[in-house]
Parts: sequence; C-alpha cells; structure tokens
Amino acid sequence: MRKVSRLSRFNIASLALGLAFLYLPILILVIYSFNASRLVTVWGGWSLRWYHEFFNDRAMIEAAWMSFRVAASSATIATLLGTLAAVALSRGERFRGRTLFSGMLYAPLVMPEVITGLSLLLLFVALNAERGFWTVTVAHTTLTMCFVAVVVQSRLGSLDRSLEEAAMDLGCDPVRAFLSVTLPLIAPAIIAGWMLAFTLSLDDLVIASFTTGPGSATLPIRIYSEVRLGVKPEINAICTLVIALIAAVIVIASLASKLSSSKGESAAPL
Amino acid sequence: MSARRIFARPARFAAIAPYVWMVLFFLVPFAFVLKISLSQTAIAQPPYEPVFDLTAGWDALKAAFAALSIDNFRLLVSDDLYVFAYVRSLTVAVTSTALLLLVGYPIAYGMARLPRRWQAVAMVLVIVPFWTSFLIRIYAWINILQHDGLLNQILLGLHLVSQPVVWLSTDSAMYIGIVYSYLPFMILPLYATLAKMEPVLEEAASDLGAPPWQVFWLVTFPLSLPGVGAGVLLCFIPIVGEFVIPDLLAGSNSLMIGQTLWLEFFTNKDWPVASAAAIILLVVLLVPLLLYERLQKRQLEQGR
Repeated sequence: MRKVSRLSRFNIASLALGLAFLYLPILILVIYSFNASRLVTVWGGWSLRWYHEFFNDRAMIEAAWMSFRVAASSATIATLLGTLAAVALSRGERFRGRTLFSGMLYAPLVMPEVITGLSLLLLFVALNAERGFWTVTVAHTTLTMCFVAVVVQSRLGSLDRSLEEAAMDLGCDPVRAFLSVTLPLIAPAIIAGWMLAFTLSLDDLVIASFTTGPGSATLPIRIYSEVRLGVKPEINAICTLVIALIAAVIVIASLASKLSSSKGESAAPL
Repeated sequence: MSARRIFARPARFAAIAPYVWMVLFFLVPFAFVLKISLSQTAIAQPPYEPVFDLTAGWDALKAAFAALSIDNFRLLVSDDLYVFAYVRSLTVAVTSTALLLLVGYPIAYGMARLPRRWQAVAMVLVIVPFWTSFLIRIYAWINILQHDGLLNQILLGLHLVSQPVVWLSTDSAMYIGIVYSYLPFMILPLYATLAKMEPVLEEAASDLGAPPWQVFWLVTFPLSLPGVGAGVLLCFIPIVGEFVIPDLLAGSNSLMIGQTLWLEFFTNKDWPVASAAAIILLVVLLVPLLLYERLQKRQLEQGR
C-alpha cells in the first residue's frame, strides 16, 4: 500500500529554509526602499522619499526608458524568430545543417556573457554600425531567442501530433493546420517565451555594456555604476520598481495564457 | 506521403530566418574574435591592427594576413596573472557547483515529495526569483552583507561576534552570491528527474530492509544522476566566465577570467588580449559545452 505522505521532517525543513533563502534578501531590499533614513541600515520610518528621488533623476529615468524599449523590441523579435526555430526543430524532421542549427541555439543558454558580448561588439565594430539602441536590441535578440526556442520547443514536443495531422486529413494545408491548430495550442508557451525574453533583456548588464555606445546606457549599466560606489537607498527604490514591473508582466502574461488555453493547460515553466 | 512528412516541409522553411540570424550574430562574430586575438593593440579607431580592408586590394590583404601573430596567446599562457585567473575561475566554478548541489538537492528532493498539487506551486516559487533581475539579487546581498548590514546587526545582537565581521569583498560573500543566483538552475533539472522517479522503487528498497540513508545512496541518488549532470553543467559553464558576482562581492586581489577580460577590454582598451582571453576561455569550456548540447538535444527531442 502506498504511504499517504512521503514528506519527512527533513524534506519540510529543507523546503522552508530554501524558500526563505530565496525570498528574504529580496524582501529586505523592498522593505528598505521605503526607509526614510539616508543610512540604508537604520530604520527611520516609512517614506516614499527615494521613489521621489528616482523620478527626479533624469539620467536614471532615461536609462530606464532605454531598457524598456530595448526589452520590448528585442523580446518581440526574439519571440518571432525563436518560435520559428522551435517549429523547424520539432516539426521539420531532418534537414541539412540541423545539428549546427540546434547547436547555435543551445550554446548561448550557458555561454558566459563576456564571450557573447565581446564577440558581438567586434562584429558591430567591423560592420561600422553606430552603437546604441539597435546594437543592444540585436544582441539581446540573439541571446533571448534561444530561450524562447527552448520554451516553445518543449511545448511542441509534448503536444499530440495527431491533432495537426487530423486537420490535414480533413483538408487543411500545412500552413493552415499550423495556424488554426498548432499555434493556439502553443500560445501559452509563446507568451511565456516573450516574458522570459523581456525580463532577460531588462536584466542584462554584461552584453549591454559591450554593445552599447556612449550616451545610451541601459538601466542595469546605470545601477551597476552606482552600486560600485556603494549602497544607496535610491537604488533600492529602483530595484523595487523593476521587481514590481516584472511581477506585473508575469501576472498579466499568466492571466493571458489562462484565457487563451481553453482546456486549462498551464504555461510551460521556464 | 504521410501527413507528418507533408507538414515537415514548410516547417523546415521556418528555419531560414532564425538560421541566418544565428549565423550572422552568433557564429560569424567568433571569426572576428579569433582574428582580433591575433592582432596587435594600436592607438587608433578601432584600437587594433592590422585592419582588413577588402577595398584596398589583394596585396594589402596579404600584408594584413602576414601581420597576424600568436603573441597574445603566448602572453596569456606565460603571464602568471592570466594563468592564475584561469585557475581561480575553475576553482571557483568547481567549489560553487559543489555547494549548489549540496544546497539544491535537499530542496529539489523536498519538492518532489510534496503532494502533486503543491509541487506546481513550489516550482513557481523557485522560478519567480529567477525572473527578478540578476543585478538586483546581488545588490540585495550587498545590503545584507555590508559593514553595518543586517547580518552583522543580527550577529552582534545575538552576541555571536563582538565586532562587525567583514563580509563584503571576501570569497564567502562571492560564494553566497553565486549560490543564491544560480540556485534555480540547479534545483529545476534535479526536481525534474526526481519527480519522474517511481516512488515504488524507494518503497521496495525500504521494504527489503534498507535503512533510509542506504535507500537514498543506492536507489534515489543513482537514479537522479541525469538531473545532477544537467544541473552541474547548467551552473558550471556560466560560472567559469562569471563577471558581475565576483566583481561586486569578492575582493579585488585575485581576479576571475571574466574580470580580467572585462578589465583588458574596458580599462586597458586592449581588445586583442581580451579576445585571446575569450578564445582560451572558450577552449576551456568546449568539452562541458558539447556535453551540455548533447544533453539538451536529447531532452528536447526524446520524443522523435
């Protein structure tokens, strides 16, 4: 007979400690962003002072706007390209150059960012491209489309292929079968892929540092140069706003994917 | 012809755009890294020579080729500074990966043993911090670890130490930061294999009289090895080239290779040496990268 609960006390303890370890530092950061005191470590009562400071910091706002634009555009291009790549890999059977293709798509997932960033910069310099918004967007698209491809591919792999085959037996051509049967089924994964690409782009410091030009710093680049000088409560406020933005994106996207998947299928994790 | 094969043809066409993109922005750039790693620094724009100019004619091109040399690589393998940086990167990566396994395994194991309904919740809880910015998570730890930070206040308050401990700019701070940032990458593949495991196997072993630790070592752990392998690769490879965490949390007296590369590039403006450092880093990571590719491919295409 199966035991009702297989959870031991050790399991519960390690889960609780693990989650506390993951969440406490972020929680502390958020709480201190509302601290009235200039000293980050002394509690001086609740206040929105540092948020006010941030909204009056022109350079910071500009960097945030730049990051937002880069994240939105690179995530959109990456989602398009990544989805195409996933379709080719999971439905294209064998084709010439397939191994190279999948190799190029999986390598950036773990490749140290200093290598990707440096190599892209050298390309942009050789092409004589003006560095700024577009170079960072292209660089981020290259990185994030690989994540989109993996998310969508794992969804396509778990999909029942007889559905699209049935559509074709009923007279659909392949493109129509894909658009009316496959696409709605993988929509949650595509949305999840976009979200992932958006947050990865918003987050990236190393690749953006290499590929951006003078005068167009992204938010992480600004935060990084401030953090190097020490802890500042304004940074806590900015970080809290970024966390809130990402949380909002996650909530909206998961609601959207719930609406789009009629049979209550959950979005692919990661 | 089967429906599957008719479907495959347009699906293959879908590869064209991403294929071209990746060749142009992922593969081709490595050719530039290689070329510039063989060049010399120059006070010019771009800051290296020779510069290949396809419009200057064949002879100029030949002269440019002749000017390439492996001096940068000679420098990197003979200068202690760089050799130490590579050794340190590998040591840090091995130590952190071991720590991650040690911390991540019990958490993944606990997740896999939760009732089904709660497993999904636990997974979301592990993934969410991964979505919040990397830099922010490191910054959160600077808040806690600084001289008059929360950790020291707690330690002082509990009278565990008599004066504040220096945490920032130490290796312990760096290891905390690395474990914190990479933990989801270790937990998720471990959890995926542990959750798929048949509980009957463990029960059979314990019914046959094995004590719990033996059940774990002889049944659970060996069966979870694919997940261990995936988690280890997923953490080890990027950690070797890590820049942000050692830069913000560790001291500056011994650098990792990602930091030296960054320094050569941004501070010394020595693009050729930075490129050569990147090439060597790539060579060091080649075997783990290939292993990872195989694993990823098998995992995503097992249904085929």
